[in-house]
Amino acid sequence: MTFLTLDGIVKTYGDFTAIAGLDLSVEKGEFLSLLGPSGCGKTTTLQSIAGFVQPTAGRIVLDGRDITHVRPEKRGLGIVFQSYALFPHMTVAENVSFGLEMRGVPRSERVGRVQSALDMVRLHGLGARYPKALSGGQRQRVAIARALAIRPDLLLLDEPMSNLDAKLREDMHIELRAIQRDLGITTILVTHDQVEAMTMSDRIAVMHGGRIVQIGSPFETYERPQSPFASSFLGKTNAFAGAIHTRKPRCYEVKVDNLMFHVPHEGHQFDGNVNVYLRPEKIRLAEPTEARLRGTVRMRVFLGNLWLIGIESPLGPVNVTQPNFGAPPPMEGEEVGLTWLDDDLRLLEQEVAHGHV
Amino acid sequence: MATYDAERIGSSPWLLTGPAMLVFVTLLAAPLVLTGMLSLNLFSDTKGVIPVYTFANYLEVFSDDYFHEIFLRTGGMALAVTLFCVLLGVPETLIIARMHSPWRSLFLLVVLGPLLISVVVRTLGWAILLGNNGLINQVLQALGITEFPIRMMFTQFGVVLVLTHVLVPFMVIAVWASLQKLDVQVEQAGLSLGASRMTTFRRVVLPQIMPGILSGSIIVFALAASAFATPAIIGGRRLKVVATAAYDEFLGSLNWPLGAAIAVLLLIANLVIVVGCSRLAERRFKHVFE
Repeated sequence: MTFLTLDGIVKTYGDFTAIAGLDLSVEKGEFLSLLGPSGCGKTTTLQSIAGFVQPTAGRIVLDGRDITHVRPEKRGLGIVFQSYALFPHMTVAENVSFGLEMRGVPRSERVGRVQSALDMVRLHGLGARYPKALSGGQRQRVAIARALAIRPDLLLLDEPMSNLDAKLREDMHIELRAIQRDLGITTILVTHDQVEAMTMSDRIAVMHGGRIVQIGSPFETYERPQSPFASSFLGKTNAFAGAIHTRKPRCYEVKVDNLMFHVPHEGHQFDGNVNVYLRPEKIRLAEPTEARLRGTVRMRVFLGNLWLIGIESPLGPVNVTQPNFGAPPPMEGEEVGLTWLDDDLRLLEQEVAHGHV
Repeated sequence: MATYDAERIGSSPWLLTGPAMLVFVTLLAAPLVLTGMLSLNLFSDTKGVIPVYTFANYLEVFSDDYFHEIFLRTGGMALAVTLFCVLLGVPETLIIARMHSPWRSLFLLVVLGPLLISVVVRTLGWAILLGNNGLINQVLQALGITEFPIRMMFTQFGVVLVLTHVLVPFMVIAVWASLQKLDVQVEQAGLSLGASRMTTFRRVVLPQIMPGILSGSIIVFALAASAFATPAIIGGRRLKVVATAAYDEFLGSLNWPLGAAIAVLLLIANLVIVVGCSRLAERRFKHVFE
C-alpha cells in the first residue's frame, strides 16, 4: 500500500531548479534512501516533505491526506536533523518530552514514554544530562529518541550520520535499521553516503540534477545501474569506451580498442558508441597466459579487508579489488593477467560526462 | 582545546600587554583613586577644598532627600530605558536577522547609525524634534491631534526616549551575537515536534538568546545610568540625574569633594548592579552555555 506519494514535485529558486519534477511512492513500513551528491535536490525534497520548503508545483500525499499546504507543525513527522538540533537549554528528558508535551500527552504518561524512548536508543539513565555533556553519538541517539517519542507516521533522517566518526557510523547504521524494523515506521533517509544507503534501505532512489535517475533495492541498483551517473556514484567502477560491433541473440559484441567484450543482452537497444562497465571486485587476477587482458601493477593499497590494485593496461587504467585472502597480490611493476565473467559486464550509452566517472 | 605551554611562553604576555596596561593605569586607575581620595575631603565656601579625610560627604548624600530623589530617578530612568531597549531591540534584531542579503546589512547600518554621530549633535537633533515648537508638536497641532504643544523637552519621557534611541544599538549587537550561535535547525525541530511558531519562539528560541538579551540589558543599563550629555541637554538643569548632579557640584557649586562622592557612589551602584546581574545570569545559564 502506498503510504507517501510525491506527485510531480518541482521547486525552483529564481533561475535555479532544485527539484525538477519528482515522482515517488513509498510503501508503509519501508525504508527509502534519497542518495545523491550535494546539490542533487535530495535535501530540498526532504524539506518539502517536512513542510519547511513549499514546492513550486506538485502534490504530497501522506496516508491519503494531501499535506502539500499543511504547516510543518501540523504534519506530525519525526525528523532527525543533520546537526541533531537538540534544545541546548533543556535536559535530555525534556528534549524527548517536548513533542509529547506539544501533543498534550499528560505528564504521568510522558515520563513513561520518555523513559522507553531513551531505553530504545540505549540512553538509559542519561535523562537528567544536558546535551552539552553528551558525546556526538549520544546526542544523535537523543535526536532519534526525540523524533520517535511522538510516534510519528513518517520518520525523516537528514544526513543523520555525517557528524559521527566512521566506526560509530557503522554501528549506528545497523542499530537504527533494527529500531526502524522493530517499530515498522516508514522512513526516508537523505544521504550522500552510498554505504549508508545500502546498509539501511529497502530501496534506494539515486538522485541527480533534481530528479530520481534510478530507484530500486540496493542490490538491484548496485548491480544494474541504468546510467553512467548511477554506476559511478553507487560504488566504484571501471568504464571502457567502445563501440557496438555486432548484435548477437544473447549478447552484444563490443569492441574496445582491439579487445572484444561479450556483454549480455538485457533488453535495451544499443547502437554506436557505448561504455562497458566492470566493477573492480568482479575482476580476478590470473596468470598472464590465461588472461583476457594483461597489464602492469601500478600501485597496490592495503585496506585491511581488501587490496586495491591499480593496473595499467592497453585499455587504460583498471582498478581491481581483491579480498585479503591467501597470498598478497603481485608487487608494483609486475605483469598480471585479468579475467572476468561476461555476466558481470554492463553496457550503457555514452553520456555527457558528469564529472563522476 | 589546544593550550599554551607556560614554560615556552615565558614573559611575552606581560611584555605585550605592558604598554596598554601602562595607559590603563595612568589614565583610568590613577584618576579613579584620586577621585576616591577627593571624595573624602571637605569643602567650605571660604577655604575651598580642605584636605581632611572623613565620610561627611557620603553621609550628606545618604541623608539628603534631594540626592535620594536623584538616585532613584536615575535608576528608574535607566530601568525604563533598558526595558524599552529590550522591547524594541529584540524584535528588531530577530527581523533583521531574517532579512535577505542587501537589506540585512542596510538595516543593520541604520540601527547602528546613531553610534556614528557625535552624542551632542544627535541629542541637539532630538531637542529640535521634541521642543514645544519642534517638528513633532507642529505636526500634531497641524493634524489637530492636540491644541497645545505637548511638553517633551525637559521631561523624563524625553530623556528616556532619546536614551533608548541611543542605546538600542547595544542591545541589537548583543542579541545579534547570540542569534548567530543559534542553529536554524533547532527552530525547525521545534516545529516538527508540533509546537506552533509562537511556542517554538517562546520555548526554543527565546531561552537560547536570553544570555544575549541579558548582556545587552546590562550594557544598556550601565550606560543609561551613567549617561551625561543626553540628560543634560534633554533633561535640562532641573531634571537632574546622578551624572549631571555630580557635574553641577564640580562646576556649579565648586564643591569638588561632594561631586566626587556622588560620582563614586554612582560607580559603586553601577558596579554592584552590573556584576550582580551578570553573576546571576551566569549561574542561571551555566549548565547550558559554556
